[in-house]
Amino acid sequence: MVHIFCQNGYKLALDSESGAVHILSDIAYSILEKFPDGLPSSFDDVPEFEGFSKEDTKEAYEELCQLRDDGALFSEPVITKPLKYTPGVSPIKSMCLHISHDCNMRCRYCFADGGDYKRARGLMSYECGCRAIDFLLEKSKGIKNLELDFFGGEPLLNFDVVKKLVAYGREKEKEYGKNIRFTITTNGVLLDDESIAFINEHMSNAVLSIDGRREVNDYMRPLANGSGTYDKILPLYKKLTKDRTMDWYVRGTYTRRNLDFVNDVLCLADEGFANISVEPVVLPDESEFAIRREDLPTIYAEYDKLAEEMIKREKEGRGFTFFHFMIDLDAGPCVYKRTKGCGCGSEYVAVTPKGDIYPCHQFVEHTEMKLGNIFDDTFNGEIASEFAECNILTNEKCKECWARYFCGGGCCANNYNFHKDIKEPYEIACDLEKKRVECAIAIKAALADIEE
Amino acid sequence: MKNVKTLNKTTYAKNSIGAGCGECQASCQSACKTSCTVANQKCENKSKTESK
Repeated sequence: MVHIFCQNGYKLALDSESGAVHILSDIAYSILEKFPDGLPSSFDDVPEFEGFSKEDTKEAYEELCQLRDDGALFSEPVITKPLKYTPGVSPIKSMCLHISHDCNMRCRYCFADGGDYKRARGLMSYECGCRAIDFLLEKSKGIKNLELDFFGGEPLLNFDVVKKLVAYGREKEKEYGKNIRFTITTNGVLLDDESIAFINEHMSNAVLSIDGRREVNDYMRPLANGSGTYDKILPLYKKLTKDRTMDWYVRGTYTRRNLDFVNDVLCLADEGFANISVEPVVLPDESEFAIRREDLPTIYAEYDKLAEEMIKREKEGRGFTFFHFMIDLDAGPCVYKRTKGCGCGSEYVAVTPKGDIYPCHQFVEHTEMKLGNIFDDTFNGEIASEFAECNILTNEKCKECWARYFCGGGCCANNYNFHKDIKEPYEIACDLEKKRVECAIAIKAALADIEE
Repeated sequence: MKNVKTLNKTTYAKNSIGAGCGECQASCQSACKTSCTVANQKCENKSKTESK
């Protein structure tokens, strides 16, 4: 499958199955537009294109044929079957640890219902956290690098336990010959010098929530008492990120209330943050904040604008990273990783303060999706297998999609929330992802031009 | 080529020989927490990939 598109002044072709990307001349683009399913075997079958000589058309045709023969156009899939999954044997390598089912904020779009996930508010005990780490170490046979994200609610509400669990994990990882990468996702309100120093020493990634402009952030992300958080967290995030040596992102959410979200991205960039992730809210259609299909043209135009601004700033030597425009065309993840996406429910799980295991943090409200519990050592292999079998090689809609190796099949939780079926894609997310991939590739094209 | 400029030298076939080691990060753990992209993830096996 070849996807041709115009983006930020470039005519581009993505060969879906090989990942090859080409900048095209006008005539090469026109030929591919005419023959989307494959080039004709003879130039005699190529029609004349207005404004182009027969010689120019033939030259472009032959170059495209060369790409095809080199496996960089109309190529065949590299793999047709995912890696075998055996519940209880295949490793679990990544865990979202719900260290706190409580939160000091009341974000209006919160999928966790203000941090409690529709349960009693509560914090994870040290003992439960230790058992969760033991579970991860025991279930990750054959994998050295593990991840454990301290998540909530707000993890800083239970920071003493976080610190103790990092110490526990560091001790136990030696015993098992593993490397645990601790990460944290925080709203920043409770950050202080001590917690900043700890996070910068121990957390391989820090995700710092903020929505962009003060008025946007403070409306959507108030404290439990209703007051804003922007002025509180901004200087703390600057302090945390100033000398940080490991990964970090400031991470926001846009809703249909701020469809001009590029202003929020640029607000964060102008505040000096170089690693930014701002992404669309996912809420039921009836929510006033939910992205609707009619919003897509506006959002596409915003992504166009953001790509243009990022190219401009890169040329000026003040570029920044936007998480959803990041792609590495030459390396990046292998094709196996690309087929299975996040691995939720099979190699990635979430654990609640009571030790319940769920496919990921976004399934915690769906008790029917509970996989087991770390205390009684239960794990529902049937549900886990369903998740493992949900991938771009088996999902019918994904099979037909040119962008499937970029999204890895998207978010099972979103699919489930909208369709009660983890294999049925949430279409708005698909459409937005496709647009972002096009923008990301156009930025690569522009940067390649700068290098020349 | 006059009509085509290829942006990437490596394709999935080339960087996936012997791949699938599983050592890389779960995409949802990186920055999004709503998994909608995988292509921005790093390969833990990059040195191996580069040597191919």
